[in-house]
Amino acid sequence: MSKKQRKTGLIFFPAFDWAISPTHPEREERLLYTQDQVFEEGLLDFENIIEYKPGLATVEDINRIHICVPQASDVITESHLISAGGAITAAEKVMSKEVDNAFALVRPPGHHAMKVVHGARGFCNVNIEAIMVEYIRKHYGPKRIAIVDTDCHHGDGTQEIYWHDPNTLCISIHQDGRTLYPGTGSTDEFGGPNALGTTINVPLPPRTSDEGFLHVLETVIMPILAEFKPDIVINSAGQDNHYTDPITNMRFSAQGYARLNERLAPDIAVLEGGYSIEKALPYVNVGIILAMAGLDYSAVREPDYNAEALRQSEQITQYIERTSSEVMMLWKKRRDMKKSIVGTNKYIKRKKQIYYDTDGISEQQEETVRVCDACGGLVMIDSFADTGTRIHAVIIPGQSCPVCREEGEAFFDRLQKGKYRYLYFQDRDRDIFITK
Amino acid sequence: MILGIDVGGTHTDAVLIDQFKIKKKAKVPTDTHNLLNSLLQVTTTILASEDPAKLQRVVLSTTLSTNAIVQNKIKRVGMIIASGPGLPPSLLPVPQNTCFIAGYVNHRGIIAADINAEEIQDGGAKLSQEGIDHLGVVGKFSTRNPEQELKIAEILSSRFRHVSLGHRMSGHLNFRRRIATTYLNSAVWDLYQRFVQDVLQFVHQQGINVPIYILKADGGTFEVAKSADYPVQTILSGPAASIMGVLSMAQCNEDAIALDIGGTTTDIAVFADGVPLLESLGVTIEGHKTLIRGLRTRSIGIGGDSVVRRENGKLVIGPQREGPAAALGGPFPTPTDAMIVLNLTTIGERDKAVTALEPIARLLDKSVVETAQQIFEEACRKIVTAVRSFIEEINNQPVYTIHEMLEGRKITPKVLYVVGGPAAAMAGPLGVYLACTPFIPENSEVANAVGAALARTTAELTILADTERRLLTVGEEGIQIPIPSRFTSEEAIAVGRERLREKALAMGAKEEDLEIEVIENQEFNMVRDSYTAGKNIRVKVQIKPGLISGFTRGKTL
Repeated sequence: MSKKQRKTGLIFFPAFDWAISPTHPEREERLLYTQDQVFEEGLLDFENIIEYKPGLATVEDINRIHICVPQASDVITESHLISAGGAITAAEKVMSKEVDNAFALVRPPGHHAMKVVHGARGFCNVNIEAIMVEYIRKHYGPKRIAIVDTDCHHGDGTQEIYWHDPNTLCISIHQDGRTLYPGTGSTDEFGGPNALGTTINVPLPPRTSDEGFLHVLETVIMPILAEFKPDIVINSAGQDNHYTDPITNMRFSAQGYARLNERLAPDIAVLEGGYSIEKALPYVNVGIILAMAGLDYSAVREPDYNAEALRQSEQITQYIERTSSEVMMLWKKRRDMKKSIVGTNKYIKRKKQIYYDTDGISEQQEETVRVCDACGGLVMIDSFADTGTRIHAVIIPGQSCPVCREEGEAFFDRLQKGKYRYLYFQDRDRDIFITK
Repeated sequence: MILGIDVGGTHTDAVLIDQFKIKKKAKVPTDTHNLLNSLLQVTTTILASEDPAKLQRVVLSTTLSTNAIVQNKIKRVGMIIASGPGLPPSLLPVPQNTCFIAGYVNHRGIIAADINAEEIQDGGAKLSQEGIDHLGVVGKFSTRNPEQELKIAEILSSRFRHVSLGHRMSGHLNFRRRIATTYLNSAVWDLYQRFVQDVLQFVHQQGINVPIYILKADGGTFEVAKSADYPVQTILSGPAASIMGVLSMAQCNEDAIALDIGGTTTDIAVFADGVPLLESLGVTIEGHKTLIRGLRTRSIGIGGDSVVRRENGKLVIGPQREGPAAALGGPFPTPTDAMIVLNLTTIGERDKAVTALEPIARLLDKSVVETAQQIFEEACRKIVTAVRSFIEEINNQPVYTIHEMLEGRKITPKVLYVVGGPAAAMAGPLGVYLACTPFIPENSEVANAVGAALARTTAELTILADTERRLLTVGEEGIQIPIPSRFTSEEAIAVGRERLREKALAMGAKEEDLEIEVIENQEFNMVRDSYTAGKNIRVKVQIKPGLISGFTRGKTL
């Protein structure tokens, strides 16, 4: 098999001294066997695979995208600065063209973390992809970025962060939310009024195998990417669709993951979930690294792999085909939907209840976005957590229009503390973050 | 008395050390066709009028295996490889005569696919029909469980003169390097075997009746008889000899740099707290990336005899060498000529150096002295740049824990040791650029032989204890022993220390040199279905490179 070799950066940080708790899936042991396999295969000896030490993300990097309550240093530990820093290092190596693509094989993960952070949910405190994306925009200018979330769980955090951003395409493929945490991610979650179609969800039925994933890739993801024309493609690379994963019900294999990454050809991949630490991760990660580097991955197989036993039913195949065409129908109509959704409203509100399962915190949130045709729209958030803290945040989007900016600045000036413990102002264009 | 001999590519050096003083030095040209000849010559010279009965030990550093590999004078080797899933054969560094067989050991050392005796017999038969009688057997993760490699060897050993087994080469994970190392070991085994016999016979004839040691790439020694089955460990012992020599001549207890500035190249080594750094996995020779434990060195293409020329308006030095300096009759101007013009050294004929530099001076529109100054500075600058990037690379080595990430130790050299021809002229300015105190060890022309003479025995062991499987594996030794389910990492360390002690003593170490340290100690809870199923304990112990006991560095020589 001859393929085009690419220079691939690998940022490997297994955090062997960090766990949520001793028996938690996010524990020290998680990437141990992956490291064994990567080392044993000698992948770091290939001239086109280069390992980099992760940098440390800063509080400024986090404040560019998150509203941490009360402040970033209270909701994170060093481990989060390193895993976000690892993602940033991956981005830097790619953006500076030192490598063609890069894989941040880091933990802890981040794709369940939303804009406002009262604590940890779905094993995530801060969203490492989003921190990386905003770092790229800050240092390399406004970019159109596509995040393809291939984790088995709906990438609800990333979706929530970019819900109103027409320049960030979030596509999530995941096990149907009716059967798995966090429960969201149905096809009708399609983006905010100013960014319809830049959120795409493809829920898949339990027991979907390689065939189903690759069908969605070919018939949904690739065509949408071709139209969206991103400058950068990011794979939010969860590995819990694997047939041996203990907390999900899918039938994806190491070969499937490798093929997906070869076809998707992400500029940057960032590890998310994946908890079959012995039977899946070692093989899946070797497959992904080889595929990204353009090396022959055809011999990467789980020792107990049995294609026949993992084949998805005809019924599942048909179901996935229907879902895929449904998503494509929506995508094609995306530009015509705004009027009926917005009507004559100048502002659109949505109410959210967010549960931080890892920390056991409940949050009530009301988010208001200015209807805008010129930018992603001014966003205002009123958030009340059952820790007793209520906050208000004003967010000026990246590439904001003058009206959204003026309104946002004026609103924040008038805003009184009153019932709020903290007031936040986040200006993504000017990289300003103010706490009152 | 200790006799140290370094059989180098060009010269064979010997020193006789008595009461911690260099008593005698000798240097003869190396007869590359007959190393034993050079050995005989240098030994007779140095031992003339000495009583061989007073010798306590003899240490040899030899380029035999290195040369055999570099000159491709090696045996054909057949390989039996159990690669299991992962990289395809096309991405493995295997020689032409390779037979891939079924069988797979996974990362925990669990056999995930069985080997097939019939397939192995067939593979072995095919290789012997090809006329091959040296074999290498390597399985993936064989250091985690050597059982399959051992079984394959048992099936095939009667067919071959020699069988090298992958798990014996190193405890490190890296299948591709394990293949390369095993291959090389088998390829030089025959040649080395004969050498060992010749040496033993030779010393016997000389009336020498003390332990004979061979220097390894990691700057440690092992007894010649014990070295016979692991010839691959002796490659690249030349640079190791020089570094150990510098160590013995300097009072180095801090972070330091050692430079060996030769004619063609400059070799850089780094010390951390006075201990030379090792390659993280192994040395590279002739493009073969191996698991051979070796000192971490970097060689750059600049030396005293590098050709100096002007290219595209710029002054270029090296990496070629086309003979000695012009002042010594060479064809081209060199940094040495520049140093002669600047009166930094008194060798050669200054007139010839001046004549050689004149054309470049004209092109640069400068005086000859100014040109010499520029060449000299440029040569220093190139070395400094290489040293800095080497240290940066060492300091940026990836780490895998938050603790190391935040508390990671950085190397900050304070002292610069320089040996080699241009040492006296260059040490000063290099020290200034690198912000280090420069130091030129005495007797540095025989640093290699001194280094060999005084190096202690080194060794390393890798322990994997899996309390769920109740099994402890010592990869390099091919040992698996049962352990109780409550086994702890302290106990793993104790086993490691004891086994390493036994191993080192068998290699010829002296009890007083057994300075054992723990270089890796990790313990992971293995959780299955939310319950702790056991512990995965990983320990590495080593005897680090150093000098035989009784030596206080620097002062004694």
